[in-house]
Order: sequence, then structure tokens, then C-alpha cells
Amino acid sequence: MSNETSHGHSSTVSVPHETHHEVHHGHHHETFLTKYVFSQDHKTIAKQFLITGMFWALVGGLFSVIFRLQLGFPDAKFPWMETLLGEWAKGGQLQAEAYYALVTMHGTVLVFFVLTAGLSGTFSNFLIPLQVGARDMASPFMNMLSYWFFFVASIVMLSSLFVQTGPFSGGWTAYPPLSALGEASPGSKVGMDLWLVSMALFVVSSLLGGLNYIATILNMRTKGMSMTRLPLTIWAFFFTAVLGVLSFPVLFSGFILLIFDRHFGTSFYLSDIFINGQALPNEGGSAILYQHLFWFLGHPEVYIILLPAMGMASEILSVNSRKPIFGYMAMIGSLFAITILAFLVWAHHMFVTGLNPFLGAFFVLLTLLIAVPSAIKVFNWLTTIWRGNIRFTPAMLFALGFVSLFISGGLTGIFLGNSALDIHLHDTYFVIAHFHIVMGVASMFGMFAGIYHWYPKMYGRYLNNTLGYIHFWVTMVGAYLIFWPMHYEGLAGMPRRYYKYDIWESFKHFGELNKFISIVAIIVFLVQILFIFNFFYSIWKGRKVTTLNPWGANTLEWTTPVNPGHGNWIGEIPEVHRWAYDYGKDGHDHIAQTVPVSADESKH
Amino acid sequence: MEKVMSSEQQQKMHPHKFTLWVAIGSITMMFAGFTSAYIVKSNQAGWEPVQMPKIFFLSTVIILVSSATVYLAQKAMAAREMAKYRLLITITALLGLGFVATQFIGFSELWASKITFSESVAGSFFYIITGVHALHVLGGVIALVVLFLRAYNTKTKFYGSTPVETTGLYWHFVDLLWIYLFVFFMLVS
Repeated sequence: MSNETSHGHSSTVSVPHETHHEVHHGHHHETFLTKYVFSQDHKTIAKQFLITGMFWALVGGLFSVIFRLQLGFPDAKFPWMETLLGEWAKGGQLQAEAYYALVTMHGTVLVFFVLTAGLSGTFSNFLIPLQVGARDMASPFMNMLSYWFFFVASIVMLSSLFVQTGPFSGGWTAYPPLSALGEASPGSKVGMDLWLVSMALFVVSSLLGGLNYIATILNMRTKGMSMTRLPLTIWAFFFTAVLGVLSFPVLFSGFILLIFDRHFGTSFYLSDIFINGQALPNEGGSAILYQHLFWFLGHPEVYIILLPAMGMASEILSVNSRKPIFGYMAMIGSLFAITILAFLVWAHHMFVTGLNPFLGAFFVLLTLLIAVPSAIKVFNWLTTIWRGNIRFTPAMLFALGFVSLFISGGLTGIFLGNSALDIHLHDTYFVIAHFHIVMGVASMFGMFAGIYHWYPKMYGRYLNNTLGYIHFWVTMVGAYLIFWPMHYEGLAGMPRRYYKYDIWESFKHFGELNKFISIVAIIVFLVQILFIFNFFYSIWKGRKVTTLNPWGANTLEWTTPVNPGHGNWIGEIPEVHRWAYDYGKDGHDHIAQTVPVSADESKH
Repeated sequence: MEKVMSSEQQQKMHPHKFTLWVAIGSITMMFAGFTSAYIVKSNQAGWEPVQMPKIFFLSTVIILVSSATVYLAQKAMAAREMAKYRLLITITALLGLGFVATQFIGFSELWASKITFSESVAGSFFYIITGVHALHVLGGVIALVVLFLRAYNTKTKFYGSTPVETTGLYWHFVDLLWIYLFVFFMLVS
């Protein structure tokens, strides 16, 4: 390391070696195909995940708009809907079958394709090598495979929308017998087969990705980058990958059994079933078994979605408050505690399946215990911004929004985690409100925060700020306006997944409220289109990044050139001398991780 | 990308080998899912256990021997005794195929004795759990075939020990997994 240069003391270092770089790496001979399509560069793969995820977010969001139209305006006719959906919306009215298909696909797509692949696929790929100081992933080839498995899974899922009997319609959890018997509903025919194939491919993609993330974080850190000097983003991605690697295989085993039940006459999940008065020969199976296998993944999945958002929010809050993160070790400890607890609470999704109430008591206790690490995290975020020098960039706003949503959504989790209250609240809109706020919207906010914050590193340009502020405020206000009223509906006992509520005397008076929710949902959806416009417009036309370190951050990704090539650093990988959160220390605004600790420095 | 690893990193475990360790944890979880489902089901009413086919004892012997041969192959590679190494990985691959063949014979016997998917839930579990394991063994055989082709490639010589080590590790793992399943089915039945 003789050619030490110290970046980071000042954030306005000029851009070095930009043109030199091309010459330096001239022997690569990258073609369009190897650079943009079958790329093994983690940064390109991250962008592929992001853009595919954005496509799915649009599709999944549009689905919710369409079924919200049905819920808000059950008697109205929309001729354009028939033009768009054909048979699904005969006479301009969404058919019941199509409604269930759309609800199912909305859940599947958003949970797996957007908030798992689109979130951790994008940012784990993008940030892990850049922030730990590695040239690429442990296995760039496997990393590329991970994306292409996801891509094929996407194609298969997309194709299921176009088969005659429609996509799967039995809910995103795919409980048998609806998912196991083709005769059960139109969506359970070929649509369900495609769903299973797609999800199996998706599991493979997640595993390949997760293996790589773990191996890279533990083995490929640069000199001086001890585990306790890692930025919290990396810790979050690490635990996310651990969760995925240990829980997806269990879901996979559940899927294998389901496939055999569907096609090879086994009875793992089926017993004593009548369809149209006909008794089925299946004997000795149990549908509850599937729920156990599913939720053993399903609950960790919630944290697979949430942890990356937590990690990125921690980083962004610290950078934009110009203050060190409060309680770094407590943050890691609480991530660890959440990871462990995530594996021990799955049965709280099954309190009303006939689960032994004695056993239920343990799951209640373990579930409520999650409140402890969650509260530690919230406390640390609030104390991080406390009396900070806050810069309200769009990324910072979304990170703050994340904390707000995490608090309000997390509090309702305490209600739902009680097995006694759950008897009343299960399968109502209260549940919908809870998990949409705490998992869905909050993680979306984490993702937006990440996009706004690291966009300059991804594309060498900024996103438009004004559009970003509009995006934030409408989404923030809209999210609460959509999901807050649902708590009231749920407390009144309004069940989820129903096609129509106006024939029920007890839920008739929610008609206007449903209309209101639907209108806000449409507005929020339109604002997301504005964001997507901003995203693509800025790739080519955005304001150019002229400094190496536009946010004045300490982490390693800002020591790379503005548009880093494959390999990230020109010359040697920088050495790390300190943790990532030296902000406002000893009179310095920030001290990058690459700066050696000087003799007269106060301890951290 | 010649300089993927810095000098410090080279002293650590090779990333591929480490990745395999994590993958082993992942595969273990899948079988933990399967076997815990089996335990849950076996405690419910109407459960009729399945008798393990006799030939599965032979499978067990075969896979144990193959673990020994793959170990010796690693040693031979380390000592640069390439002829011995080639012979040993060929034997290991053949033993792997022998394992899968004996499993298949066992399945046919069971199936013939009316233990079918529609007749026996315990049997269905047994077929699927051991079948998925056999697929993992086949994956190992494919890895061995790749090593085999490399060893006989006269144009390029491969002396890196990582592929042999990772394949050997995987092979020991599927062996151990089989021992676990074997004992599991003996005890829970």
C-alpha cells in the first residue's frame, strides 16, 4: 500500500483517472451482451434486479388498483376494464374469480418479486462488495445465475396471467386444498402449476444470491475491515441472507410435497375432502402441515423484507444527521435477536387453526419478545437524529418515513400477537392494515430511501429532487390514509379477501370509507409512476455527479470513481482504519473509513 | 480479474468452499423440514410405518465406501499421484451411481408390495425424502464427472486442489445425510 492517497478529508476531491480507466481495463473486450445482459458485475446485476423489481411493482400495484376499484365501487361499470382484462371484467365489472386471482398475484408479486428480489437482490448486490471493499462477489457467476433464475421465474409467473383458466387465485400463501386440487377452482389448474414452477425457480435464485452474500461478507472484506467496522447496511444484508438461506429450503420441501399431492396422488395435505358432493380418495393428510412448512419460511420472510430496509435507514439517517449512529453494537445485537426470534414465532399465523392453546402461549410470548429488539432499533434511530444537523434530502425523508411507519405498524403487531385478541382480529382488515404498514409500505420506503441515496453511485447522476419531494409527501400521506381506516374496519370485524361487502348489514356503512381508500390508492399509484419516470429520465438526463462523495459519507463505496468499472477500484483496494460512523468528530465534519487514526484523536 | 483476492484473503478458506458450507446448512434445513413433517405426521391417527427395504443396507455400505475413496482421491491429488487420483474419482463416481441404483431397486420392491403414493402416507414421505437425497447424490456424481473429464484432459493440466476439496466435502455431506436419514427412518418407524 505505498500509493496511499487520502480521499475523504474533503468531499470535493476532483474525479481522478476517469479517462485513464478505459485504457487501463482495455483488455476486457466487453460486448453489449456481456456488459449489460449476461453481466457478472455485481453493480449491473443489482440494476437488473432493481429494474425487474420495478416492473413487478408496477404490475402488482396496478392489480391492487383494479381490485380496489371493485372494493370501492362494487356497482360501477368500467368499460375500459373490459378492454384491458377481457373475460375477467365482463361488462366492465371485475368477475369474482378475477378478483381473487388479482389479490393472490398482488401478494405473491409484491412479497417475493418486489420486496425480496427487488429489495435485497438490488441492494445486497450493489452495496456488499462496494462497502466491504471487494472487487466483486465471492462467485460472480453464481450471482449472475441468481438473477437469471429470477428472470425465468418472472417469465413463468407472467405467463400464468395469460392462461385460459387464469393465474392462481387461492391467496399468496397457497394453502391446500385450494392449491392442491385442480378441481377446486379455475385458478387451481394450470395457473397453480405455473405458480409453483415460478416459485421454485425463485427459491433457487434467492439461495444462490444468499450464499453469495454470506460468503462475500465473511470472506472478502478488505484489509482492516473487521466485522465491527462494517456499516449497518452490511450487517442487515448478512442477517437477511442467513434468514433466506435457512428458511427458503423449508418452503421448498413444502412445495415438493404439494407438487406430489397435485400430480402423483399422494396425500400429504389432503384428507376427507368432498368436491361437488364427490368424495376424494385422499386419506390421512393434513392441511395444517403445509401451513407449518409455509410459515416457517413465511415469518422469516417478513424479516427478509424488513431487515434490508432497517439497515439502509440506519445508514441514511446517520449520514444525513451528520451524527454517528447511536448504539452501533445494540443495533447489531437487535438485528441478531430479530433473526433468531424470526425462526421461533411462525405459529402466530396459525392461532386459529386448532393449535394447542398451551403451545400458543409460547408463541405469544416469543412474538411479543420481538418488540424488545424492535424498540431498541427505534430508540437508536430517534437518538441518532436527535439534535443532529439534519439534511432533508428525499432519501432522508423516506428513511424518516420508514421509522414512522415501522412504529405505527409495529404497535398493531402487539395486538395481533396475542392469541386471545387474534380470535377476533384474524383474517380481518386489521391484519391487512398491520402488515401493509409495517412490512409492505415501510420496506418500500426503505427501498426508496436506498434508491434516492445510492442513485448517484449507480448511474453517476442525481434523481430530480422536486419530483422526489412530491413522491415522498404524497406516498407518505397516502399510505396512512389508505391503511389507517382499515384498522377501524378490521376492529369492526370486516373480513379480508371478500369480493363484496355491501350485502352484509354489518359492513354496509363502510361503503364510503372503502370508496375513499380506493381513491387514495389510485392517487398513490399515479405518484409511483411519477417516480418511475424520474428514475428513467435521470439515468440519461439527470444532473451529473461531479464530486466523489456527494453526501459526505464515510463508507467505502464513495472512494470509487464516479462511474466505477468492473472491479470497483482502480489500483489497490483501500485499507480501512475505523468504523463507518465518524461524523462530527474532533471538529471534522466526517472522517472516511480509509483515513488512519491519528495520534491526537479522541477515542470512539 | 486476476486480482480478485488480496494476499491476506488467500490465507482464508477459499470462497467456493465457504459457499458450499453455507449451502450445506441450507440443504440441512430442507431435510430438517422434511423429517420434522414426518415426525408430526407419524404421531397422528392412522399412521402405518414402512419397513425399510433390505437393499438399503447395501446402499449404506456403498456410500460409506465411496466416502473413503473420495478421501483417498484427495490425498492422491495432494501427493500429485495423478494416475491413482483418476482411478479413485472414477471409482467414487461409480459407487455413487451404484448407490442410486440400489435405492431405485429398493423403491421398486416397496412399490411392488403395495406401498404406493395413494395407499400409504408414510411410504410417500419415504419415497420423497430418500428420493430428494438420491438427487443430491446424483448432483455429486455430476461434479465428479466434471473432475474426471478435467483429469483426463491432456491439453490443460489442472492441479488446483479447491475443486477436489469442495467436491469431497459435498460428498461426505451427502454420505452423512444418508446416515442421518437411515437412522431416522429406523428409529421413527
